[in-house]
Amino acid sequence: MTRPWTEAVPADTRQLSIGELSARMEAGSLSAVELMQELVARTKAVEGRVRAFNSFDEADALAQARASDERRAGARRLGRGAVRPLEGIPVGIKDVISVAGQPLTASSRMLENFVSPYDATVTERLKDAGAVCWGRLNLDEFAMGSSTENSAFGATSNPWDLERVPGGSSGGSAAAVAAGEAVAALGSDTGGSIRQPAALCSVVGLKPTYGRVSRYGLIAFASSLDQIGPFARSVRDAAVLLGAIAGHDPRDSTSVRLEVPDYARGVDELAKSGRKWRLGIPKEYFGEGLDPEVGAAVEEAIGEYRRMGCEVREVSLPHTKYAIATYYIIATAECSSNLARFDGVRYGHRSREATDALDIYFKSRAEGFGQEVKRRIILGTYVLSSGYYDAYYLRAQKVRTLIRGDFLQAYREVDAIVTPTSPTPAFRKGEKAADPLAMYLNDIYTIGVNLAGLPGMSVPCGFTKAGLPVGLQIIGQPFKETELLAIGAAYEERTQWHGRVPPL
Amino acid sequence: MPGPDLKLDHVASLARIALTADEKARFASQLGEVLSYIAQLNEVDVSGVEPTAHAFPVVNVWAADVPQPGLSVEDALRNAPQVRDNMFVVPRVVE
Repeated sequence: MTRPWTEAVPADTRQLSIGELSARMEAGSLSAVELMQELVARTKAVEGRVRAFNSFDEADALAQARASDERRAGARRLGRGAVRPLEGIPVGIKDVISVAGQPLTASSRMLENFVSPYDATVTERLKDAGAVCWGRLNLDEFAMGSSTENSAFGATSNPWDLERVPGGSSGGSAAAVAAGEAVAALGSDTGGSIRQPAALCSVVGLKPTYGRVSRYGLIAFASSLDQIGPFARSVRDAAVLLGAIAGHDPRDSTSVRLEVPDYARGVDELAKSGRKWRLGIPKEYFGEGLDPEVGAAVEEAIGEYRRMGCEVREVSLPHTKYAIATYYIIATAECSSNLARFDGVRYGHRSREATDALDIYFKSRAEGFGQEVKRRIILGTYVLSSGYYDAYYLRAQKVRTLIRGDFLQAYREVDAIVTPTSPTPAFRKGEKAADPLAMYLNDIYTIGVNLAGLPGMSVPCGFTKAGLPVGLQIIGQPFKETELLAIGAAYEERTQWHGRVPPL
Repeated sequence: MPGPDLKLDHVASLARIALTADEKARFASQLGEVLSYIAQLNEVDVSGVEPTAHAFPVVNVWAADVPQPGLSVEDALRNAPQVRDNMFVVPRVVE
């Protein structure tokens, strides 16, 4: 029987980790330019089917790769190895994170012609780490959605089944890594927008603790929930990327003044120590709505942890059922405020029909925003409006306290919590497009993590009979990303799911 | 919590978004459904619970009061819909 992932692996670098690619470049058997050329060729070959990118700048990427090769050659002449952790590694960037001189559309008509005047902090840090910033990756408009169908410029396809969605909102980032169009990518996660597409596309996706990574230069959706994080081929690659982008930034006052550990080394040390993790399984995450094949794959992964000698015990997160309702009050309230800046005056779309000042707002926003963005702005405006604030917004903030308290209570007895990332595998395009509530319910397992500000990661943990990927979510304690990554790496080492590539 | 009594015209006006008749009909039903779902928060006993605005509140973040380089005029105006003499052009607001 032929399964999608048993197809012959093409003779390219698609399955190599950042460590392996770096070793080849250091040994001189691969140059950054050659790697970039290969990705450009790969991207051109599959983009017609996948459509992960809103745009890419081939000449700019190759120039960055050339500069990287020159830096490496310069270091070699001085008898040194390359010192930058991502030297020559092409990293795709979600089209909601600024890269100076490149388009920044948020997949919205509102910003169709916008060009970033400056770099986001994460972009600066990637460049400092030697990475090649590669392309502008598709998303649900302003990161609002779970399928990347809400893009004004066209939906992205799941590389494992082109009829299905890649998840969202960072669907372009997940699909580009899965399809071999980028070695790694950055996305943003407000309610699951990194972890859910990572699960649906069989790649690793990490949402760091709120405050671990600067949000400066990220187009704001819900500022108390948004966090930037990496997509990668392996947990160790994600560790290297997190190390490059994490850290305090005076330009984001919510970024924390905590030292950034060497995550990759920390993961190796914890692996060597043979530490037996205490893992919590929240019973509320395994009930109604969970696809049986997803449930079985996650149970099998939990069994793998038991076989490693980890202590697995049931925990309770009693307010889980209220997470989505809480989220759709808080996130929409914050988005209605954040997106007020798109007024057609200083940047972004301005209606040609507008005749006076108010008219500019009403018509530019009507023409520039898509349906889901309008729905959320209206809902958020309502829950903040006079007479409703206490009933909706304040109450939701209090329930948020209870949801966070559930997790902190559980962490008194476990190191991490293990769950499915998404209740179902990738759904068909169009299946939930007309039913916003059904789309929202898809985020049931990921949203609580954002409300509580915790780090969470999805790692590939199997496939359904139809060949669709399943993701395992591991939820860590605040600012303990090293432990979170180590728990993921321990599973990855004993399984082969992360090596699979889709037949494209 | 009040029932789903969202007055779409009023709220869309507060949000400064002009809606078509088609959008009004669709949003009224979709948002009605979402608000009915959200109403389940009424079940939760929140008496004595403090609200959470940020998971890790950071207070009193001070910055040294020293000038920093900002965007050049050219960069600041680069994405403007309409520009004249280094200024954003908008319709007349005062008669």
